[in-house]
Amino acid sequence: MTDAVIKGGRNMEHRKVHRKESEASSFWERNRKSGGYLLKKRIREVIYKIIRVFMLFGMCFLILQPILNKISVSFMEEQDLYKSTVIAVPEHFTTENYRLAAELMNYGGTLLNTIVISCTIALLQIAVCTLVGYGFARFDFPLKKMWFACVLLVIIVPPQTISTSLYLHFRYFDILGIIGAIRGEGLNLRGSKIPYYLMSAGCMGLKNGLYIYMIRQFFRNIPKELEEAAYVDGCGILSTFVRIMLPDATPILTSCFLFSFVWEWTDSFYARMFMGNTSLLATQLAAIGDRVNKYVVNVVGNASGASVGYTSCMISTGILMVITPLLILYLFAQKGFVESISSSGIKM
Amino acid sequence: MERQKKLTGLQKRKAIAGYLFILPFIVGFLVFMIQPLAQSLYMSFCDVQVGAGSFSPQFRGLFNYVRAFTVDPEFTRLLSEEISRMFINSLAIMVFSFFVALILNQKFRGRALVRAVFFLPVILSSGVIIGVETDNALMASIEAAVGETAASGVSVTGAIEEILKTAGIGTRAFETVFEIVDSIYDVAIASGIQIIIFLSGLQTISTSMYEAADIEGCTKWESLWKITLPMVSSLFLVNWIYTIVDFCMRSDNEVIEKISEEITVQINYGFASAMSWVYFGVVIAIIGITSLIISKGVYYYD
Repeated sequence: MTDAVIKGGRNMEHRKVHRKESEASSFWERNRKSGGYLLKKRIREVIYKIIRVFMLFGMCFLILQPILNKISVSFMEEQDLYKSTVIAVPEHFTTENYRLAAELMNYGGTLLNTIVISCTIALLQIAVCTLVGYGFARFDFPLKKMWFACVLLVIIVPPQTISTSLYLHFRYFDILGIIGAIRGEGLNLRGSKIPYYLMSAGCMGLKNGLYIYMIRQFFRNIPKELEEAAYVDGCGILSTFVRIMLPDATPILTSCFLFSFVWEWTDSFYARMFMGNTSLLATQLAAIGDRVNKYVVNVVGNASGASVGYTSCMISTGILMVITPLLILYLFAQKGFVESISSSGIKM
Repeated sequence: MERQKKLTGLQKRKAIAGYLFILPFIVGFLVFMIQPLAQSLYMSFCDVQVGAGSFSPQFRGLFNYVRAFTVDPEFTRLLSEEISRMFINSLAIMVFSFFVALILNQKFRGRALVRAVFFLPVILSSGVIIGVETDNALMASIEAAVGETAASGVSVTGAIEEILKTAGIGTRAFETVFEIVDSIYDVAIASGIQIIIFLSGLQTISTSMYEAADIEGCTKWESLWKITLPMVSSLFLVNWIYTIVDFCMRSDNEVIEKISEEITVQINYGFASAMSWVYFGVVIAIIGITSLIISKGVYYYD
C-alpha cells in the first residue's frame, strides 16, 4: 500500500513539474498578448513582497531588540560595559550578574510566592468573571443595561482614581460598622493579602471588567437552541451552565486565565498597595536598583555606590529573570493568547 | 391563561438566576467601586488629617481643586502634556496597528511567527517592567549620554529632520511627526491587543466582497477605503477606547506618578483625590466626545 502511495506521489510530482514548464513557456507569450501587463503585475508583486519582508523584519527587530540587548548585557562583566569595542558579545563572559540578582531579589522564594499568588488570584478572578459574564449574556432581568454600563465604567475608571480611598478603606476596614462597634476601630487589613482576594471575588481586580466583557461576548454567540434543548431535556439553570456552556467556553476561559496570570505577574500597582509584606517579583524588581547600590556600598565597600552602567546591567538581568517564566509560558501557550481573542469577536 | 402564567414564572426564575449570577459583580461594584469613588469624591473637597486609629476629613469646599490648578506648579503642565501625548500616541497606535493588521492578514511564510512577535509586548511590557525602565533616574542619565553621542553621529533620519526643520515650512507639524517616529518603539509595544482585534475583524470580511469589487474594476487601494475600512469601523471605536484607557493606566504616566507620590510621600489624601478626579474627569470627557465623533462614522453591516 505504501508503494502505491509513493507511486502516486511521484506521479503527482511529475505532473506538477510538467504543468510548471508549460506555464513558464507560455508566460512570455501570455505577457505579449496582454501587452506587457502581466510582467508589470508580476514585478510589482515581487517588489511589494521584498518591501514587506524588510518592513516586517524591521518591526520584529524593533520589538525584540531590547530583549536581545538585555540578554547580551546580562552576561557582561562591569568592565565590558564601558568598553566601546564591546557591543553585543561580552568579552569577559560571566554568570555572576544572575547570581547576584537572584540573591538581591531572593529569587527562589519570591518566584514561588509569585506563582502561587498569581495562580490563585487569576483562578478566582476568572471563576467570578465567568459567572458574571454568563449572567449578562444569557439572562434577561430588570436593570440589565444599567449594570452593564457599570461594567463599562469599571473598565474605564483608572484604579489610581480610587486608590486613595481604597488605601484608607482597607486601613480602617469595616463592614457596616460592626467591627468598629466591637473593637473600637476598624481592622487594619493593609499589608495582608485578604483585601486583594476580596476585591478579586468582587470582580474589581486588575482589568476584570475587560474579562467580563470578553466572556460575555463569547457566551452571547452560543445559539439559543442549545440552551433551550437542555431545558427541554430537564436540565436546570445551573446544570445547563456547568454541563453545556462551560465545556464550550474552555478556549476563551483559558486565554482569560493566561492574561490574568501574566498581568498579575507583572502588576506592581495592586502589589505595592496590598502585598507590602509578601515579596513578589514585581515589587522586588522595582527595588533592585536601590539594592544594588546598597550592596556595592556595604559589601563591596565602594563608598560612591554602584556605577550607572552596572545598575542598569543589574536591572536588565532582573527584568530577564522576571520575564523568563512568562516567555516559557508564552512559547507553549501562544495559541491560547492570540487565537481566542480573534475568535471571541469583540464588537461594540 | 395557564400557559401565560407559566411563562412569566419561567421568566421570573430566569431573572432571579441572572441576578444571582451577577451578584458578585454587584456586591464588588458597590463595596469596592462606588463606595471608594464616593469617598474619594468627598475627600477631594476636604482637608484630610490622618491620625492614630482614624482619619478626619474637614470640609474645605473647592480648596483642593483651586490649589491643583493655580497653586501647584506642576499639575496643569503635567496634565496638558499627558493629554496631548495621549492624543498623539493613541492616533499613532491606531494607524500603526491597523497597518500591521492589514499586513498580517495577508498570506506569507512565517506569519504565525511574526504575529507571535507582535503580540509579545502585551505580555512583557506590562506593569512593572515598563515602569522600571522609565522610572529609573539612572537610566535617564544614560539615555541623555547616549543621546549626545548619537546626535554627534550622522544618521539618515537625523539629516532629513534637520533639512525639513531648517526649511521653515510647517515646522511644528514636522516636529510632531518626528516625535512619533522617535517613539515608534513605544507605539509598537503598546499596540499588541489592538492588532489582534483589528485582525479578527479583518478575517470576518468575506472574500466574495473583494472578488465582486475586483470584477467591477476596483483597485486594491479603492477596496481598502470602500470595503475594509467600513467593515472594521466599529473596531476603531473599541480600539480607540481601549488605547486611551490603557494609556491612562500605564505606570509611566506622569500625572499618575505625581498622584501616587502625593499619597505615599506627602500623605495629602485630599489633594491627591482632587487631582485624580480632575484627571479622571478629563479622560472621561475625552473618551465621551471622541467616541461620539467616531460612532457617527461607524458603519454597521447587517
